[in-house]
Amino acid sequence: MLIYQPKLQQLQLYTSLTYIRFSFKIYENVMSLEEGMQERLLELRGISKSFPGVRALNKVEFDLYSGEVHVLLGENGAGKSTLVKIITGAFPRDEGEITIKGKSIEKLDVILAKELGIAAIYQELSLVPHLTVAQNIFLGREPCKYNFFGIIDWKSLNSQASRLLNEVWGINISPTLKIKDLGIAQRQILEIVRACFSSNADIIIMDEPTSALSKEETEELFSFIRKMKERGIGVIYISHKLEEIYEIGDRVTILRDGKNMGTFSVEETDINSIITLMTGRTLENKYPKRKKEGRSRGKEVFRVEGLKRNSKLHNISFSLREGEILGVTGLLGAGKTELARALFGVDPVDSGSFFVNGEIVDIRSPLDAINLGIGLLPEDRGLLGLILNLSVKDNITLPLIESISRNGIIDFAIQKNIAEEYVQKLMIKTPSIFQKVKNLSGGTQQKVCLAKWLASKARILIFDEPTRGIDVGAKVEIYNFINDLAEKGVGIIVFSSEIPEILNLSDRIIVLKEGKITKELLKEEANEETILYYATKGK
Amino acid sequence: MKKRSYIMRQKENEEVFKKSENIFPSKMTLLRSFLGNYLIILIMLVLFGAGIILSPYFLTGTNVINILLQSAINSIIAIGMTFVIITGGIDLSVGSVLALSGVVMASLSHRGFSVILVIISGILIGIICGFINGSLITKWKLAPFIATLGMMSIARGLALIYTGGLTMYGLSSSFTILGSGYLGSIPIAVIITFIIFFIAYFILKYTKVGLYVYAIGSNEEATRLCGISVNKYKLLVYIISGICASIAGIILTGRLNAAEPIAGSGYELNAIAAAVIGGCSLAGGEGNLLGTLVGAIIMGILQNLLNLTNVQAYYQQLVIGLVIVGAVLVDTFRKR
Repeated sequence: MLIYQPKLQQLQLYTSLTYIRFSFKIYENVMSLEEGMQERLLELRGISKSFPGVRALNKVEFDLYSGEVHVLLGENGAGKSTLVKIITGAFPRDEGEITIKGKSIEKLDVILAKELGIAAIYQELSLVPHLTVAQNIFLGREPCKYNFFGIIDWKSLNSQASRLLNEVWGINISPTLKIKDLGIAQRQILEIVRACFSSNADIIIMDEPTSALSKEETEELFSFIRKMKERGIGVIYISHKLEEIYEIGDRVTILRDGKNMGTFSVEETDINSIITLMTGRTLENKYPKRKKEGRSRGKEVFRVEGLKRNSKLHNISFSLREGEILGVTGLLGAGKTELARALFGVDPVDSGSFFVNGEIVDIRSPLDAINLGIGLLPEDRGLLGLILNLSVKDNITLPLIESISRNGIIDFAIQKNIAEEYVQKLMIKTPSIFQKVKNLSGGTQQKVCLAKWLASKARILIFDEPTRGIDVGAKVEIYNFINDLAEKGVGIIVFSSEIPEILNLSDRIIVLKEGKITKELLKEEANEETILYYATKGK
Repeated sequence: MKKRSYIMRQKENEEVFKKSENIFPSKMTLLRSFLGNYLIILIMLVLFGAGIILSPYFLTGTNVINILLQSAINSIIAIGMTFVIITGGIDLSVGSVLALSGVVMASLSHRGFSVILVIISGILIGIICGFINGSLITKWKLAPFIATLGMMSIARGLALIYTGGLTMYGLSSSFTILGSGYLGSIPIAVIITFIIFFIAYFILKYTKVGLYVYAIGSNEEATRLCGISVNKYKLLVYIISGICASIAGIILTGRLNAAEPIAGSGYELNAIAAAVIGGCSLAGGEGNLLGTLVGAIIMGILQNLLNLTNVQAYYQQLVIGLVIVGAVLVDTFRKR
């Protein structure tokens, strides 16, 4: 129950700082007086939203109390991000009621949402990397010495920032550090501190904050979230990592196909029932088993020797058999993406040789790779894998337009047949093959991307982080696809930094460190510890 | 923390969902997409209706043909410009290329070369300029704005140097007929415009070039990863734009029966305006040729109408500016 909403803009900064502390004090007193009483910060009733061809949200109910972490769960395309965008005012709703801090809101836009204390922390942060911590916190409201001239009082800026960080929030970050020198977790924390300071935000939305964090960083972020809870801030927390719910969440709401499948107190649920609600089916195994192991059979389809590129890749040699899944892993910056791009000819290598089916070949461009039957499913499908403005049909057939056009004129009948064939084969959920890809959900887009390479009859497929940012249900579906493809004799190279995924999926594992292969492991001899050992200490 | 009773709305939700299972577009969405595609034609018809009401001379055969003739040059340049804009680029050099190819053709025609040779040399100038533009952009990674801004000045300079700043007269009539002749009661320039339109429309809609042009404009990197030689097609669109500019040069020179080195200045902006009114997005990936053609005709109708109703020429600029901003605003609202 925030009694005071100080108008910071009109106050000198030093007073505003005391103000914040003061209002928190009042707040804490109130909290202790009325133990357990929590203000309802946000209430959504019957929210619906449609996009051309897709109903994204269907009469969704959602609420948020002060001092709680409300986890929002759902598969890709379940409507999480649409809901968030409605709360932050980025999208108008089609119907439903929004009540914020007891006030019914007719038309919520971005500016109003910000005034009401709603702040969303995205993965692409809005801090200015080349400015210091203090400069970022006070951006736009710097304390000035001689107000008329607007000369910034650096000393008071830094001291106020350190007081805000240390005394109010109890965080140990030097205000004179530049943002670019901080870790991602600390940046996220600062972003929240700034939002709370500059616009009194008390409804914080965090969208997959831990997806790029290490274990220690995650812990640091979680302890900060607990501090936020003490301060009475309500957090809407979106994550694909189900284990995190129990560590940080108070309540959990599950969305599926745009509707609310239920809101539960965390203690009342278990992971299995959550997964069932998310996917609509029970998941027996997060990592489905393959019927046959591929390693022993099949002849060699692809081999590289002594690949080198700038300072990024050194002396990379490995081979791939028909029907084999080769996992490539390593820490961030170990050269996984560089290797994937080199194999596909996007960034051609400086030296080294490629062999396809035993014959020496040259891969200098994606076209060379495609002609040799190699396909790449890049990490960022929206940015690299698909052309969102084109239809499903055009996307699937884009690499083979050359072969289905005569004198440069596309044979539309063949194009349509190919697209329809693969839409059926992969059960791609789309109203028609003429639908633009941007109107489809993330998992469906991934399938379109896959269909593209299957249609071009690729025999060697490279997956770069195939399940990043994808929920459990869709992950299993993708693992099944990869296994299926391997059984059909396709050679597969999976690049992933998720070690459990690599362990369960691959027949053989290559560990990279600083652009070099430090170890090649068979499935039986690999476990999490050995992989981590070679990824960090191997040479 | 106090526990709250959980909310179970599963059953209720399931029932609602059954009703909305249908993810096919509703009638309303179809209407909107129809309006989106044909709104520009609707605007043209409204303007046409306004013309009939405002001036008794508007709906005469000669006047309608006159409008088409007046918009011919802008239409042709805008067709080339549309290719460039869909790839996410821009070509500012078209006005100057028009002038350069105009003066070269005029001097060759003056010296008695055959019409075919004259036309080929004019179009060759367009191809060369487009090739240089495209090479600067694809090979040396210049921003399209900068590369074509440079070419705009270079081509204009060459035209002025070549003529010494003078206008060239005395062209052979077999050449000027392309700009000023009639086939029956239809101007040859209008016929050329429509032929070019249909060829370009076909390329954009039915060939791989067309598909790649849209793909590049929407997501260049993803297109490259599909094994498509992005640079080749980007080079091609600047050449197409150069060819269109030089064809416009043939028509303008024919119509004026003279070639001026300062001809066509500001035409690049008119062409961009026509494309934008027609629904092209300067961010790339969007636009179509029918829209561009209608956009150019809308600009022609406005000019004609303001002339017929004796509005001072200065107001024409003002009105066209308003139409450009208005058209884009309508488009932005439609997309929300």
